[in-house]
Amino acid sequence: MTFAGWSMILLFVVLIVALAKPAGAWMHALYARETLPLGFVERGFYKLAGIDPKAEQSWVGYAVSLMVFNLGGIALLFAILKLQGVLPMNPQGFGGMETLLAFNTAVSFVTNTNWQNYGGESSLSNLSQMAGLTVQNFLSAAVGIAVAFAFIRGFARKQASGIGNFWVDVTRATLYLLLPISVVLALVYVVMGVPQTFGPSVVATTIEGAKQTIAVGPVASQLAIKMLGTNGGGFFNANSAHPFENPTALNNFLQMLSIFVLGAGLTLTFGKAVGNVRQGWAILAAMLLLFIAGVAVAYGAEAAGNPIHHALGVAGGNMEGKEVRFGIAATALFAVVTTATSCGAVIGMHDSFTAIGGLVPLFNMQLGELVIGGVGSGLYAVLIYCILAVFIAGLMVGRTPEYVGKKIESREMKLAVIAIAIPPLAILGLTAVACITGAGLAGPAAKGAHGFSEILYAFTSGAANNGSAFGGLSGNTPFYNLLLALDMFVGRFGVILPVLAIAGGLAAKRRVPEGAGSFPTTGLLWIGLLAAIIVIVGGLTFLPALALGPIADQAQVAAGTLL
Amino acid sequence: MLTETFRALRPTVVLLVLVTIVTGLLYPAVITGIAQVALPVKANGSVLSDVHGQPIGSALIAQNFTGPTTFHPRPSAAGKDGYDASSSAATNLAPGSKDLRDAIAKRVSSARAEGMTGDLPADLVTTSASGLDPDLSPEAAFLQAPRVAKARGLDVAKVKSLITAQIEAPLLGIIGEPHVNVLLLNRQLATLSATTPGK
Repeated sequence: MTFAGWSMILLFVVLIVALAKPAGAWMHALYARETLPLGFVERGFYKLAGIDPKAEQSWVGYAVSLMVFNLGGIALLFAILKLQGVLPMNPQGFGGMETLLAFNTAVSFVTNTNWQNYGGESSLSNLSQMAGLTVQNFLSAAVGIAVAFAFIRGFARKQASGIGNFWVDVTRATLYLLLPISVVLALVYVVMGVPQTFGPSVVATTIEGAKQTIAVGPVASQLAIKMLGTNGGGFFNANSAHPFENPTALNNFLQMLSIFVLGAGLTLTFGKAVGNVRQGWAILAAMLLLFIAGVAVAYGAEAAGNPIHHALGVAGGNMEGKEVRFGIAATALFAVVTTATSCGAVIGMHDSFTAIGGLVPLFNMQLGELVIGGVGSGLYAVLIYCILAVFIAGLMVGRTPEYVGKKIESREMKLAVIAIAIPPLAILGLTAVACITGAGLAGPAAKGAHGFSEILYAFTSGAANNGSAFGGLSGNTPFYNLLLALDMFVGRFGVILPVLAIAGGLAAKRRVPEGAGSFPTTGLLWIGLLAAIIVIVGGLTFLPALALGPIADQAQVAAGTLL
Repeated sequence: MLTETFRALRPTVVLLVLVTIVTGLLYPAVITGIAQVALPVKANGSVLSDVHGQPIGSALIAQNFTGPTTFHPRPSAAGKDGYDASSSAATNLAPGSKDLRDAIAKRVSSARAEGMTGDLPADLVTTSASGLDPDLSPEAAFLQAPRVAKARGLDVAKVKSLITAQIEAPLLGIIGEPHVNVLLLNRQLATLSATTPGK
């Protein structure tokens, strides 16, 4: 580890805290239905779609709208991918995608996962990348923000029957948040060297006389929303490690900031909405505590390097699967950023990280991606843990738990436990299925403990809607295409539906004024308790699986065992 | 629930169509239009051309150099033979992989055969994440300087000062790592040779 490396990490944290405030304030304006500039655009959308923007939806109405919209999105994307061979804007002349792969990809992008069982530059037309994938990059992020808004309304409203209007929330998040920021970022990326063209691949004759076909495309426009919306699906197979998808260290730094900014800002949107911004800062502080701990472990492990390679006369940290312009500090930081959120883009290959360096991204996702988290999904995931934390604190002191003025009772607790339990069930259950079936065991490239890690990582990434991979796993098989699609679907909607149900119940409750007996949810004690409960619940759930995977792997590498 | 489902159909269809037009077509088209007019070189992949205007590669993308007179890039796992810029890829080999250890051992012994001594910089003997990493660490470039200088009949100090001039330093001293672009370095090398005839 170097001083420069840590300075860069510290600068990143400072900038995120600084950006959270304006981002949170703007999202509060969207949340609170304040009149926006260029309001005629949104009104035009509502008119054409037959939406009454003033109508309130119950939690059931909100949930049904969300499910229909997402199933429609899956159907549309599936059709585009299947038909890309006969659709326009296909300069490389790619054929339609294979059915199960197209299904997996459609579910993947609609659930904000962006797991990719294909190589973008070698299988997708420009139309599929833009009108197919980029659109869902916007919409899946907007849906996450919508659910976060609905959940916030549950806490902020009193004796209300509605939790907002799904259509309005999605439209506003897309048109007034994600799109304008993406336009600015995409142009900045072009200035930094990211290609943006509809032309075909460049065919060059290299200095040594070899023929090199260089894939280009509308990369910058997809890159901007891929990061901002914590989607993570790369234009190229190598994702943001590809020099076209991340040409410079500064470009990389900007990408990392754009992954975190909305998730961090939403904590303050929440604080403002419930009438006490310090509630938001407390959540953000707990998140950053866990974040810095994760960065320290991953950076330390990667900088220490691999003893097996040191023995061959190779110096320094682990550079297999990393790019020189980023180096070890930025690659470790990026790995934590991308798995703390639901992004899943990579600038280094997690599969080739040291065992402990690879454990951090894995554990991050298993915690539920609530360290900042995906846009929207991070906030609702951490609020579920807030409910659990006040409940546990309530048990300790023997009082009815309450959080930001709402009593937490039996219904909330049951639903919160469902939301917390569903992703681990999918992850561990499906990993177990893969480990006892031939089709599942055919996936991993690595042998032994690391092979198990590859399977565990895939189902963790799917259920957590992350999309990063231990790339050694061959995921493009009927078995993995289907099971991972199931994993992603359950991991997404198995959390969203209980969250909306809690929101509906909470919105109907009275707000109780904070009394002397209320457990304070702003101070250091609360920040520590929240962080500890997140780590303990995640640890208890996943420690046995981690022991079989990365921890066993680390012991073998330390002993010099080769597989 | 059925009425709610039915009521959601029109907004679903209309919004999907509208958002596809705005974010899927207009947005990339507008960005492409601005990029192609304002920054055509970068927007088309930072392609470098020879004197006849024929593309020789991209400044951002690694291409292979094998001869003794040039600096060699990092090993590549992109495509079948490496450096395939239409098929970026990494090895994804595990830290305890025997294949990875053997591959690194082989690269270390060929580096030794070239006369490199001491601990080798890791980037020189490992594959990158994209297989298209255009850069080397300064240490990895300096280690190749004696070979290049010898093959070209140049003074080693001159080659080393060329590398030093090509090093890109981290922004503010902290963002990024110092690195040298291999393709640009090798092009500079050609001009260096040309200005010192008779060697």
